[in-house]
Amino acid sequence: MKPPTFGYSRPESVAQAVSLLAARGPDAKVLAGGQSLMPLLNLRLAAPGHLVDINRLAELAYVSVSGGQVTIGALARHNDVLRDPLAVAAQPLLGQALALVAHPVIRNRGTTVGSIVHADPAGEMTAVLALLEGSVRLVSVAGERLASAEDFFLGPLESDVRAGELATEVLLPELPSGAGCAFTEVSRRHGDYAVCGVAALVELGPQGEVSGARAAYLSVGPVPVVLDLTEACGGVSLVSLATAGTPDFAQAGRLAMARLQPGDDIHATAAYRRHLAGVLTERALAGAFAHARERAWLSLP
Amino acid sequence: MAEPALKDTDMKDSGLFDIVLVVNGTSYALAVPARRLLSDCLRHDLRLTGTHVGCEHGVCGACTVLIDGVAVRSCLMLAVSADNSSITTVEGLAGRDGKLSPVQQAFADCHGLQCGFCTPGFLTTITAALAEDPDPTPEQAREIIGGNLCRCTGYQNIVQAVLRAAELITQTR
Amino acid sequence: MFGEPVKRVEDDRLLRGQGAYLDDLGHDALAAAFVRSPHAHARITGIDVSAAVDVPGLIAIYTYEDLTGRVAEPLPMLIPHPALTAPRTGFPLAADEVNYAGEPVVMVVAEDRYLAEDAAQAIVVDYEQLPAVVGIDAARAARHLVHPDVPGNIAAELVQSHGDAHAAISAAPHTLELDLSIERSASTPLEGRGVLARWDTESGRLRIWTSTQTSTGVRAAVAAKLELDLAGVDVITPDVGGGFGVKIVHPWPEEVLVPWAARLLGRPVKYTEDRAEHFVASAHERGQRHLVRVGFDDEGRVLGLDVRFWHDNGAYIPYGLIVPIITSTQLLGPYKPGAYRVEFTSLYTNTVIVTPYRGAGRPQGAFVMERTMDAIAASLRLDRTVVRERNFITPEEMPYDHGLIFQDGRPLVYDSGDYPAALAMLKALIEWDSFPARQAEARAQGRRLGIGLACYVEGTGVGPYEGAHVVVETSGKVKVATGLTSQGQGHQTVFAQIVADELGVPLGDVAVTTGDTRAFGYAVGTFASRAAVMSGSAVALAARATREKALRIAAAALEAAPADLEIVDGAVRVKGDPASAIGLGTVAVLANPLRYAFDEAARAATQFAAGSSDPQAPPVPAGESPGLEGREFFSPVRSTFASGMHAAIVETDPDTAEIKILRYCVVHDCGTLINPRIVAGQIHGGVAQGIGGALYERLAYDEAGQLRNASFMDFLMPYVSEMPQEIEIDHLQTPSPLNPLGIKGAGEAGVIPGAALFASAISDAEGFAITAMPISPSDLFELRQRDQPAQDTDSR
Repeated sequence: MKPPTFGYSRPESVAQAVSLLAARGPDAKVLAGGQSLMPLLNLRLAAPGHLVDINRLAELAYVSVSGGQVTIGALARHNDVLRDPLAVAAQPLLGQALALVAHPVIRNRGTTVGSIVHADPAGEMTAVLALLEGSVRLVSVAGERLASAEDFFLGPLESDVRAGELATEVLLPELPSGAGCAFTEVSRRHGDYAVCGVAALVELGPQGEVSGARAAYLSVGPVPVVLDLTEACGGVSLVSLATAGTPDFAQAGRLAMARLQPGDDIHATAAYRRHLAGVLTERALAGAFAHARERAWLSLP
Repeated sequence: MAEPALKDTDMKDSGLFDIVLVVNGTSYALAVPARRLLSDCLRHDLRLTGTHVGCEHGVCGACTVLIDGVAVRSCLMLAVSADNSSITTVEGLAGRDGKLSPVQQAFADCHGLQCGFCTPGFLTTITAALAEDPDPTPEQAREIIGGNLCRCTGYQNIVQAVLRAAELITQTR
Repeated sequence: MFGEPVKRVEDDRLLRGQGAYLDDLGHDALAAAFVRSPHAHARITGIDVSAAVDVPGLIAIYTYEDLTGRVAEPLPMLIPHPALTAPRTGFPLAADEVNYAGEPVVMVVAEDRYLAEDAAQAIVVDYEQLPAVVGIDAARAARHLVHPDVPGNIAAELVQSHGDAHAAISAAPHTLELDLSIERSASTPLEGRGVLARWDTESGRLRIWTSTQTSTGVRAAVAAKLELDLAGVDVITPDVGGGFGVKIVHPWPEEVLVPWAARLLGRPVKYTEDRAEHFVASAHERGQRHLVRVGFDDEGRVLGLDVRFWHDNGAYIPYGLIVPIITSTQLLGPYKPGAYRVEFTSLYTNTVIVTPYRGAGRPQGAFVMERTMDAIAASLRLDRTVVRERNFITPEEMPYDHGLIFQDGRPLVYDSGDYPAALAMLKALIEWDSFPARQAEARAQGRRLGIGLACYVEGTGVGPYEGAHVVVETSGKVKVATGLTSQGQGHQTVFAQIVADELGVPLGDVAVTTGDTRAFGYAVGTFASRAAVMSGSAVALAARATREKALRIAAAALEAAPADLEIVDGAVRVKGDPASAIGLGTVAVLANPLRYAFDEAARAATQFAAGSSDPQAPPVPAGESPGLEGREFFSPVRSTFASGMHAAIVETDPDTAEIKILRYCVVHDCGTLINPRIVAGQIHGGVAQGIGGALYERLAYDEAGQLRNASFMDFLMPYVSEMPQEIEIDHLQTPSPLNPLGIKGAGEAGVIPGAALFASAISDAEGFAITAMPISPSDLFELRQRDQPAQDTDSR
């Protein structure tokens, strides 16, 4: 199918963009990489009155690391972020997650900020924002605000971007020293949206014990779900690892299964998703734990 | 802060937009509606029908073209968005002397195509990838073509063609 | 050239982007778009086009009321059968009832496709919804009817038998019952359907380009519908972006309506089906449920086999009973049960029509038979290969008559094959005998490996006929035409190989045209793995006729006996005497006595030229015709039977139930190979579709008859990442005695054993029987839960 008719503007600056968005009201939609919006237009499942194409806003094509934060501009393509060694080093979850986003050609065009704003609960980057408790900068003619991850996702394909607002950048904290992260998912085909996916963050305490363990889940609810699993990781530490050989995150897996209420679709039953959430929780925590240990070794003097 | 006014061609609620596309080295001036997909613009306005459309939702990869050297899905891009960019389609892969490019030659050598419908998207995708890394491992060769669907070949010979193309490129350097 | 892995002559053009597929043509044509039913079953109560008439660029809107003459009649029942007692076909545009979501209701013609879709979107159709019949169980229950005048939703019932299966099963020492299901899938070529038509007002001729597997079929059907002389209709098949069965159906509603509108409007009209439409507006296949009763002896030999199955034929049945007839006959595979009875019921449902998809009923048949073989092996604790061997038809028993009627209406008689040899090759290739040790070793590491195998026999090259024309031009170049169509199989290459050998000319001098009714008007089509067998044989016969004619003409010129001549490098000569050589181009000149000289070569054939023919004989001898050409037809008495066996090793993840293919091995026998490179390519592609059909692809309808995965996002055709690292192939060649080249078809083979193979391998890995395919990790997880309900909570 072909897209319906719409008006179109191609601003040259953020100021122009937001004034256009203000003028067009809720009927306007921002076009960035288009890898999610264009299929919807082509299937006539979306019919915005006006598209504001921000692909000329070179001022938003950046990835930067400073002040303990990775900042991703709205025109940074997934592959720009993935190939930014500083950003990926500062927050390794970015690299782990972006490698799972669709296929390389889609990542050439799709933007990281765009996929977060798109708010697909099966999208990897929504889980990253949620897990890392990042924030989204929203600019309008009235000014700007910073939306926290916690409040940003309202429902499937619905984020807290209000009429007239442009998401200009996403801010993510650097991975603290003594912490590790991992992203694991099961998808039907390589590159597909995950049937279930888990992003995990593990922090180690001074004795090498797990002092914090959190996981974010894809495809188990209308928005990305974040669970604090610290209490279920009580027994795991670098010391216990020395004796047990492998860390035991089974209790965390069980806790996750108990806390999640996934639904079913044509690709998976709810029971299978729930089961996967448990399995992938263990795998992701084990991966994050190993990552934290590796970073701890590396950071030793 | 004073902003430069938007040019008329850059903001419209309807009507045609004047754009310039440089395709395979030739510059074309066109007037297109905002919703014109780049794939349709190439195929029907410029009659460069080598770029094929297999799904129009970005999954199959048949419509992949190179924009300023970067592989993108032309069905997921508006022609107006591509204004002033330099585009390479399958028609632009062979040399000016008509010699098949290494990737094209490798497909012929390895029986990398059957019906040929998906082939242009594979050729452009592989061309861009080998320009970045001309010496992929077999695993990387599979990753390069991982986002393109082919219903005829079972991909076996396409993987071989990627590796063969890499060989041809290395030989000619 | 024959038997050589020659590179394809098609490729250069396709690699340069110079292919010409349907939507690459007709840039001046108007575009058609369709309003399709959103409901699976409904009565149309009103159509309001008022909002569409102001859409810019609109040319015409047509509803059923606008259709005229035979166009307003139901589409043809293409393959009638006595058992098809309630045949129903759709109208080109729904008359008053829609029977599947996707059925065309209104046609819009506009200046371009964007505008046509704008107008289509503005048209309001009112429906009164009716209860939808979805799935085999609902169709059998018949609480609701798809067609009110078809009781039980039953389109057809057919029984075939050989011997008394019921008695044999009753008397057998062991019996088993199995309930085996396969879900819907679809051909899904990368290029959808499409048709372009031009009406030439001056000459009153209609020219149609269509993405079809049968140009002659479309020509006859459209001429009949539009009440035109056959001679006034040309159908040209452009490059076709894959078919796999779905494009053999004809005429599609669009193939009737587009030419009809082009004539009415006096302007070219084009319809290009898009992906979203293809899922709901073309055809599906595979959905069947089978109940098997089998009786066998202590050795595992099948004494009696009774198969009862139900076939979901969708809303209409234009292609008749071909798919279930093939299942019912081809499920026998390489085996010879003591007695066999099969009964099927073909059922209407409110879903997309069902017509052959590569394999055409055989994947279901192989699934049924191979699951039965595995079940026998399991119950007797015998190796799965041993049970198969004991049931094989042996080479000494060929030709083997099953006592049944095949899809071509002819007796099911296997012509040749060596199944024991193939099995031995396969076992060696996959290292079958050493696998249990490998499996046990993996198991000790907590890994689940399984091995499976599946065998099939495929009737290929069904009739009634194909023909070919070969002509040598005065340039010495050879032009070949055959009527069937190509969708990427490499026909231009393999037919050229045949001609190059038969005529003794370089491959590069041979050019082949397929699927153009202007070039060759008598043909059937490309399906049932028949192109190489049928057109390949016809091309060989036509080339031989041309050769004989060349020898006759050259013999006169050289004053030698034809038997003393040979053709080498495109020249006829006395055997062993290169100095005597006359180029075939010159022979072509001599073959066509001329009055007028239009060039130097033609001068030699004019009436006053030196060495002109005998003044006492007519310039064209009695019984001859001008031109160095041959035109022959090949019509075999029945199909030839190719065969093969696949084996695979899979690993299932004990935690996530993901299924990974570690090895995939094929032993394949399609008789004599024309081009092994092309045959391997056909196998690769078939295997990929087999893997898709077994592990990924499934058309998921909900209870209301809405297809829930009508996109490439959710209908999961494999990418390279889902394919094994390598497909290992061994060829066995048992030539067919039924055609001049000894060939058997190869096009469909690769896909046939897929479901059976993976069911076998996954069962082996998991330790419980798999009875429904395809299988996803979610399905496997649920089966594990059923098998060992406590497992999940224990392990977590």
